[in-house]
Amino acid sequence: MARLFWRDLTVAMRRSTDILTPLVFFVIVVSLFPLGLGPEPAVLRTIAPGVIWVAALLATMLSLNRLFANDHADGTLEQMALAPYPLALLALTKIAAHWTLTGLPLVLISPLLAVQMHLPESAIGTLVLSLLLGTPILSLLGAVGAALTLGLRGGGVLVSLLVLPLYTPILIFGAGSVAGVIAGIDTGAHFSLLGAFLALALTFAPWAAAAALRVSLD
Amino acid sequence: MHKYASPKFFYSLAGQLIPWTAAVTAVLLLAGLYLGLFVAPADYQQGESYRIMFIHVPAAWMSMFIYVLMAGAGAVALVWNIKLAEIFASSCAPIGASFTFLALATGSLWGKPMWGAWWVWDARLTSELILFFLYIGYMALQASIDDPRRAARAAAILALVGVVNIPVIHFSVEWWNTLHQPASVSKVGTPSIHPSMIAPLLLMAFAFTFYFVAVALLRMRNEILERERHTGWVADMLESKP
Repeated sequence: MARLFWRDLTVAMRRSTDILTPLVFFVIVVSLFPLGLGPEPAVLRTIAPGVIWVAALLATMLSLNRLFANDHADGTLEQMALAPYPLALLALTKIAAHWTLTGLPLVLISPLLAVQMHLPESAIGTLVLSLLLGTPILSLLGAVGAALTLGLRGGGVLVSLLVLPLYTPILIFGAGSVAGVIAGIDTGAHFSLLGAFLALALTFAPWAAAAALRVSLD
Repeated sequence: MHKYASPKFFYSLAGQLIPWTAAVTAVLLLAGLYLGLFVAPADYQQGESYRIMFIHVPAAWMSMFIYVLMAGAGAVALVWNIKLAEIFASSCAPIGASFTFLALATGSLWGKPMWGAWWVWDARLTSELILFFLYIGYMALQASIDDPRRAARAAAILALVGVVNIPVIHFSVEWWNTLHQPASVSKVGTPSIHPSMIAPLLLMAFAFTFYFVAVALLRMRNEILERERHTGWVADMLESKP
């Protein structure tokens, strides 16, 4: 499984645009808001948590088709499904690779965007932490959507329709925690809920993704 | 037991049940509307406009209830591979989506005089809107897969993942203290609603349930015909009819 994880990372490294595209997309979307709304720091500060979180959602979604599509196209996925490992474990490995390639870079670059959006310094740590907890959930839930739409016409548009409604609780609590820190509210509950969602998604999403893969590979 | 799960047997059984469920729907609907619109007293706070509740609240209940049923039927179809459960689940989705839309539309009509706005980003409204999107996604996924059995299994997985949202919707009024009024019927023991108001509300809820059953049976019959159009019994039946 570790080998599969490294293989996914290596394949992505060879085509580094795959990693950079969601990241650049994330930065551009966030940078568009000051241009569209005007550079008023007070305005930017109030909308920053939501804007950064929504951009993270969209960037994750943009990269979802990469999760299984390439391996599906050249038949590798079918070979993997025949391997003597549980398919759920395989899905989890691929999800972990996906998060390392898209989620983690988003988390790492988010302080820069926070400064750009005039977030107070006290909120930057919360933003990073909330993204660190939240982006794995996005990868996990997204994997289910990606597996369900594998090989369908118009799968790319469909996956957004399936996955975005499921992302909303993460968005609410993720952005809510950052907004809470700015407003001076205790955000322990937000983090507890994000952690609970992560535990829940970690337990069930690999199985759901594996079941969806089986349906798609039939 | 297997006899009841065979599409052929179910087709004729549903045919016999539909007139009865439709009749019960009509009676309950008339009684509920009469009691709700003419007999129940005006609300001391909201006057006459609260009467939209008799449509709004049962529609919202049904929207969640049908989603849970749909996910449950999907699970049954996934585990035991029962064709009829697949057909039931896919028949549920458009009905559930229409109830969700009805709940949203009546809620918006009710919100305008009460809160002064057609739409408020309140926890329950937003989560009900997300439920609507879940139904749309379910139907879109099912429509984009050509093989009905594959479509049913994929949609069932999606419904099961989405069912996590139902408790979030249900408890949203308690978790977030927002504009929407808290639940008043389900408080165990002492409902904070007058009997003359709760009677029509429950009648309407039963009417909607029977309506759902009748329409689901109709839709299931259609889908059975479409799926089984290559089989002998459908050909025989179509031939025996003039």
